[in-house]
Formats: sequence, C-alpha cells, structure tokens
Amino acid sequence: MFDWLERQAPKLVLAPSFAAMLLFVYGFIGWTAWVSLTKSRLLPKYEIDGFGQYERLFNAPRWDVAIENLAIFGILFIGVSMALGLLLAILLDQRIRAEGALRTIYLYPMALSMIVTGTAWKWILNPGLGIEAMVKGWGFDTFTFGWLVDPDMAIYTVVIAGVWQASGFVMALFLAGLRSVDSEIIKAAQVDGIPTTRIYTAIIIPSMAPIFLSAFIVLAHLAIKSFDLVIALTGGGPGYATDLPATYMYAMAFSRGDLGQAASSAMIMMMIVFAVVVPYLYSELRTRK
Amino acid sequence: MAPVLTIRNLRKAYGETVILHDVNIEIEEGDFLVLVGPSGCGKSTLLNCIAGLEPITGGSVAIGGREMTKAPPKDRDIAMVFQSYALYPTMTVAKNITFGMKVRGVDSATQKRKLEEVARQLQISQLLDRKPGQLSGGQRQRVAMGRALVREPKLFLFDEPLSNLDAKLRVEMRTEIKRLHQDLGASMVYVTHDQIEAMTLATKIVVMKGGVIQQIGAPSEIYNRPANMFVADFMGSPAMNLIPATVENGQVAIAREGDEPILIDLPGGASLPRDVVLGLRPEDIVEPGARSGAHVVPARCKVEVVEPAGADTYVVSRLGGAAVTARLSAETQARAGQPLDVAFDLGKASFFEPQTGARLN
Amino acid sequence: MSDLSGYTPERTDWGRFALRWGLFVILGLFALWYLAPLFVMLTTSVKTLEEIRTGSLIALPREITFEPWAKAWSQACSGITCEGLRPYFFNSILLAVPSVAISTVIGALNGYVIAQWRFRGADTIFALLLFGCFIPFQVVLLPMAKMLGLLGLAGTIPGLMLVHVVYGIGFTTLFFRNFYVTIPADLLKAAKVDGAGFLRIFVSIFLPLSVPIVVVSIIWQFTQIWNDFLFGVSFSSAGSQPVTVALNNIVNSTTGVKEYNVDMAAAIIAALPTLLVYVVAGKYFIRGLTAGSVKG
Repeated sequence: MFDWLERQAPKLVLAPSFAAMLLFVYGFIGWTAWVSLTKSRLLPKYEIDGFGQYERLFNAPRWDVAIENLAIFGILFIGVSMALGLLLAILLDQRIRAEGALRTIYLYPMALSMIVTGTAWKWILNPGLGIEAMVKGWGFDTFTFGWLVDPDMAIYTVVIAGVWQASGFVMALFLAGLRSVDSEIIKAAQVDGIPTTRIYTAIIIPSMAPIFLSAFIVLAHLAIKSFDLVIALTGGGPGYATDLPATYMYAMAFSRGDLGQAASSAMIMMMIVFAVVVPYLYSELRTRK
Repeated sequence: MAPVLTIRNLRKAYGETVILHDVNIEIEEGDFLVLVGPSGCGKSTLLNCIAGLEPITGGSVAIGGREMTKAPPKDRDIAMVFQSYALYPTMTVAKNITFGMKVRGVDSATQKRKLEEVARQLQISQLLDRKPGQLSGGQRQRVAMGRALVREPKLFLFDEPLSNLDAKLRVEMRTEIKRLHQDLGASMVYVTHDQIEAMTLATKIVVMKGGVIQQIGAPSEIYNRPANMFVADFMGSPAMNLIPATVENGQVAIAREGDEPILIDLPGGASLPRDVVLGLRPEDIVEPGARSGAHVVPARCKVEVVEPAGADTYVVSRLGGAAVTARLSAETQARAGQPLDVAFDLGKASFFEPQTGARLN
Repeated sequence: MSDLSGYTPERTDWGRFALRWGLFVILGLFALWYLAPLFVMLTTSVKTLEEIRTGSLIALPREITFEPWAKAWSQACSGITCEGLRPYFFNSILLAVPSVAISTVIGALNGYVIAQWRFRGADTIFALLLFGCFIPFQVVLLPMAKMLGLLGLAGTIPGLMLVHVVYGIGFTTLFFRNFYVTIPADLLKAAKVDGAGFLRIFVSIFLPLSVPIVVVSIIWQFTQIWNDFLFGVSFSSAGSQPVTVALNNIVNSTTGVKEYNVDMAAAIIAALPTLLVYVVAGKYFIRGLTAGSVKG
C-alpha cells in the first residue's frame, strides 16, 4: 500500500489541479459556449438555438463601439508602450549612473491596481480642477482639455493611463533583452568598427525579436482583458463611448441580466485572445522540445 | 559465490526507440567494470537501469545474487556518484554525507562514526561544515564519493564522475579512485566516454555503441584484439590505423602514393578474404631496426605531418588512401613532405572485414 | 551589452558631454512623468477641499491636513454604508493571505512533479494548465457565479478565495516548473539512491532550494489578488468586498460633496501594500512579471 502510494505520488499530486482545470477552465468555457448558443436572457436556458446571440451581438451598436474602441485602444496602447519601452530601455542601457533608481521609478505603476491608476488619472484629467484648470491658472484662459468628458476623445484618456501603467514593464522586458545579447557578438562588431547606432539597429534589436513578440503578447492580452481601468477612469462613459468588450460583457452579465449576450461577447473575447496567444504558445511549446 | 551483478537480456526502449539491445553483463566481487562509448551509446541509461532509476523494458537485473529487476534504488544496496556530483545545495558537507543514513534510520552515533571515518579517508574533515557552493570542483568530487562510501554498498556506480574536472585534477582523481578500489576491494561500475580512463581504471571494459555491446573484455584484450573496427578506432589514442589492403598469395599489399605497394607476409598463415582492412597501432610502426622478426617489414613512406608530443612524435603519412599515424621517438628525423623509412610490425596486427567491420583473425 | 559607451573614439569630449546631459534630461523628464500622478495624489490627499478648488493641481499644499486620510480610512461612504476603507482593507488581507499561501503550495508541488517526476502526460497537463493562464476571465464569469451559488459560497470571502486559487495555480505552477527544470536531474536521482521518497525529497532538498521562487510566487499572487477588481466586483457582496471594489465605490459614490482629497487618500491606502512590496522586493516583483510573461 505504501509502495503504491509512493509510486503514484506524482500523479496524485497533479490530479486535483488537473481536475480543477478541467472543470473551472475547460468545463466553464464549454458552459459559456453552450449558453452563447441558446436563447438565455435573465436565466440560462439550455436548448441550443444556433447563432442568434452572435447575430444580436453584432447588430448591437454598443458592441460596435466596444470593438472599435478595442481596436483604437489596442493599437495605440501596444504601439506606444512598445515604442516608449524600447526607447527607455536603450537610453537606460548607456551605463547611466542612476539606472537602478530610474528603473524603479519607471516600473512602479505596474505594482498598482488599475483601479488606483484610473482613479489618479481621472482626477488629473478632470476638466474642472485638473490639468485644464492648472494651465488656465497659468494664464492660458482659452486652454481646454476635456478628453475625459468628450465621447470622441475619452478612449484616448484610457490609452494615456494604460501606457503610463504598462510602458515601464515593457522597458524592463526590453532592458533584460538588451543585456542578454551575447557580448562577444557586440565586441566583434566593435572590433569591426561598426558605429553604436548601427550595432543597435543591425545586431541588437533584430536579435530581440522573441522579446518583441513576448511584449506584444502580454500587452495584447492586457488590452483585451482591460476592464478595471475603464471602470475606474470613465466608467465606460460618457454614455458608452469608452466601452470595451470586457465592460460590455460585464454590463450584460451583471447589470442588464442578459446572459446570452454576456456569454457570446465573452466567447468573442476569448477568440480574440486565442487568435493572438495560441500561435505564440504553440511555437513556444514546440521549440522547447 | 554469486556474481555481484548479473544483467540478462536487458532491453530498454522509449516507445518505438530502442535504447539498449539485449545487454548481458556479469561481474564478480572486486571487479572494476567500465562502460565506455561515444555519447548517446546508452551507457548512462544502462547505469540508470542498474541503479533502478529507470525501469527496464525486458530482461533482468540481479545484484549480489538477488533479483532486483523491479526493486527501487534504495533497496538495491548500491551507491552512486554523479557527473554533476548532485550534492544537496542547501545542506552542509556533513549533512550531505549522512542524509542517506538519516533517511534509513541509522542511529546518530553510527552516523557520526562513519562520517568521521569517511572524511578521514577522503581528507575532507576540515570541510564538513561548508556548503557545496563553497567547495572547489575537486572537493565536491570527494564529498560525492564520501556520500557513496558511507553507504558501504555491494556495488558502486559512477556516472562520468571526472568529466567536470580540469585535466590535471582529472588525472589525480583517477589515481585516487583506482587506489580506493584497491583498498576497499569493492565492486564498481563506471561510465565514461574517455577511453584513457577506461583503460587505466578497468579490470573489465564494456565498449558500447548505439545501445549494443561491441566487446567485453580485459583492457589488454580490448586494446590488442579489438572485436571490430569501431572498438579498434574508439580505444587508444592516437587511434588504431585502419588501412585498406588486399591479400594475395599469403601477402598483404598496401597501396602507396607514387610508389610500388608495400608487400608484407601474412603472420601465422591466417586465411583471409581478398579485401581487408589492416588494423595497426601507431606504436607498431617503428623506426627501421627498432624491432626484428618475421613480421617486421621496412618500407619508405612520404610524411605529410609531424606532430611532436613531448616523449613521442606522431608522424602522419598516407597509405591505401587513409591517413596513417606512426608513434616514433622524439628524436625522429621525419620532416613534412620528405620520405621516411619506417618498419611495420605485423605481430599484433588486426584484420577486419571492410563492410561489416568484424574482426577476421 | 552595456559596454558601448566606451568605444566611440570619433566623438569629441564636448560632444560626448552634451550627449550624456541630454540623455539625463530626457530620462529625468520621463521619471517626472511617471512620478507625477503619485505626486498629485499625495499632495491632493493632504490639501483641504477649499485649497483644491482654488489652487493648482501641482501646487504643494499650503497647509497639510490628515483629515482626508482619517476619513478615507474609517468614514468615507461607498453606496449606502459609511465605514471608510478599513473593513474592506481587512477583507482584502483576509482574502489574499490564504489564497496566496494555498496557490503557492499547490504550484510548488505541481512544478516539482512536472519538472522532476516526469511521467507520460505530464507535459500535456502542463500545457493545459498554462493555457488556463491566458483565458480572458470573462469567459468563466457566468458559470463561476453559478458554481459559487451551488456551493453556497456566493458573495463570501471563501468563495473569492476559491476563485483566486483556481485561476492562480496556472501561474504558480509555471513559476515553480520553470525554476525546477533548471535543477539537474542528478539531484533527484542521488536522493532516490539515498533512499528518500517523493515527499521527503521535496521537503528536505527541493523546498530549501526554492526560497527565491517562493518569494516570486508570493509577490506575484499577492499583487494579482490585491489588485484584482473583476472577480471582486463580480463575486462579492456588500460585506465581503475587497479594497479595490470599495475604492471604486467611494470614488464613484454620488452622494454628497465630491471630496477629491478623500478619494486620493483612499487610492493611496489601497495601493500601499503592493507599493510596499514593490519597494521592498522589487527584484522579485520584476522576476515574477517577466517569468509570467516571457516564459508563459
């Protein structure tokens, strides 16, 4: 008996996690997928009805706004964070004296809850007493900066706060990447007399391709899941001008009580995430072997 | 008395891939068995199978006459020294050595006594309170041996224990292991890819390739009468010369560039097929006059490369289309590009079948 | 890398001097940008409402008052109750400590098995676990709510704990697995030959080795759980809300006068534990972030 336990111990240890995963991840995804194919409203129904929920979803103007916002937010958030992160990493890589302190400062927002970030930027960007008032106070009476309450511009405030929070993290990733480039290759290039800027553009940055990919995946993942930031910063408003799929799903699930819409929007979110992540995971797991 | 280790028809496969084919080995009390072969030949896997660290697909393993095929490592009465030493990083040297005894419930007085004994034997008494991270490679090696010694097992297993040491230390530790073997009279199985280690340590060598045993024998047997071209090439440094040759009218003919073939009388009247590969150790190509006898034949060869190696000088020429190395004395007059007179001593020559590589004489 | 600056002989001393200063200025400006929100939060939180209305956003407070902090801690209103952040802060602690501990222990054992006791199918299980790290949690929100209801845990702290443990295991397993694969297989073999069993080897040999990765796992899980909002807002009820949900409620509560100083004090209080962790153990925090992303 004891011998049997000893031999089976590894499997017994993994079994609960495996079971939990099957139920709480795969089972639940299955449940959501099922419900997204029914006529569920306030209460779940389990008779399959086809793709009616998805049709409703794609016809809903609010969902259109959410998807459009995700595109704007995603592209800008990822693009600016990457560009800024790379710039900061390269600048920090020049044997700067206060590197440790600067790095700590650039990265600390990542330790904050998005709710805190949202709250802070909401205060800074509020037109009445924030930046607008501050600049007006300096004598520029005509200055206006009302993005937070402007339905066309509000989504960009989410971008600002998002970039503020995540770009330091991208910097840390890139800096680690810059430092992990084989120093012999760089020495060889220096011996060949290649100028510093060329060493970056021709040798170091290309060799960091995997890190670009990682950073992209993480940021894309963050963007698609973004929920707290919008809730805290704009509450999805004005109106539903800053809705993202995540907030749409939440609204349908918990305030509108429309389970079918919540389930189908969640499924679409998952498909978007998987479209980004699965090829990456697949290649990661393959190259590891 | 029962053999210390008996392996019968052992087979090991991962799914479709067969790692070990039909291995049969037997060693007696006090034997020092060395498993040698190129990397990937299955020698480490075989050692793990003996230790019980990997299950085997077929066959049986018995240690000290007791059937052990399914027994876990702890019940096999073995101790093992690993390539990476595998010292427990968070434990002191003393704890590393006594951990096994502690697990087996040996009382602490005995633990202490054995620890001191082994520490004295290996001269590591002053290191007992250190952590592995604070030790040099050689010291770690000693601790790893100490951990095996306190076990006083029926069989010691060594998995390339010297390959992480630098060249000088490696030679020192080699001698030390040999001395340990002599002092303890213990039985050992030792895995290495280094044929010199194999030759110097073993009482019995197993040469492996591709999961198949090529030859089992005493070091001198392996060296002088290799069972096939692989063993001939693998054991010995520089390697045995393998020269394509033809046999006609009781004479061996070796093609020479820009000259008549060298003709040598076949020793012992062996009957050989027409095409053969002649295996000749570099030390059997000598300066003319250095040896005499019916099988010593002088010939002139064109020197391609001269490699002085201190005590000896290796002289490379080309015969029968193959590079041929002679081990000559340091005083040799050989010059690259010049012809040189040497003598071929076929007294210990091996002949191989060119296709299968099997020994013919 | 980082040896580039010493190898630019064509540049004059003056040019290099200007370049270095330019670099510092740019880096400094960015530092200001990252620090500005924290600065504004801090100064706003100690200003009086009167000063906030009349003064500038970035002006230092003329007189410092800690009343907003006291109010944020124990009196601020969120929705119908006015107890400040305090009860919710303790909810978060009550929630985070066991969740972090449990998910770290499970992750350590899982990682130990997957990396060192490889068996047929272990890699597949790992891939399945890893996959769980990437799903958008929206997709499990509805069935989870239902499940918690079935278990009688809806709206309770143990219910939230279950959620955090279940969805944290993937990450903690990843951390430990990636840590343990770097440990040579010989160590496990040596311990087996020494006669130690599965648990003994884990406790005596692997666990003592794992201090750094345990720290990484604890910090990661703590930050994730403390900062979580989605699960908190979805699965808690009035008495069991974590601090992020309470903060959001306080800031967005529409009753009475808008007290920005109290909001800012509340935001800092809610951020304090994770900020503290970051300052004390930044190295491990970064390691968790990069391990959780690069390797994932």
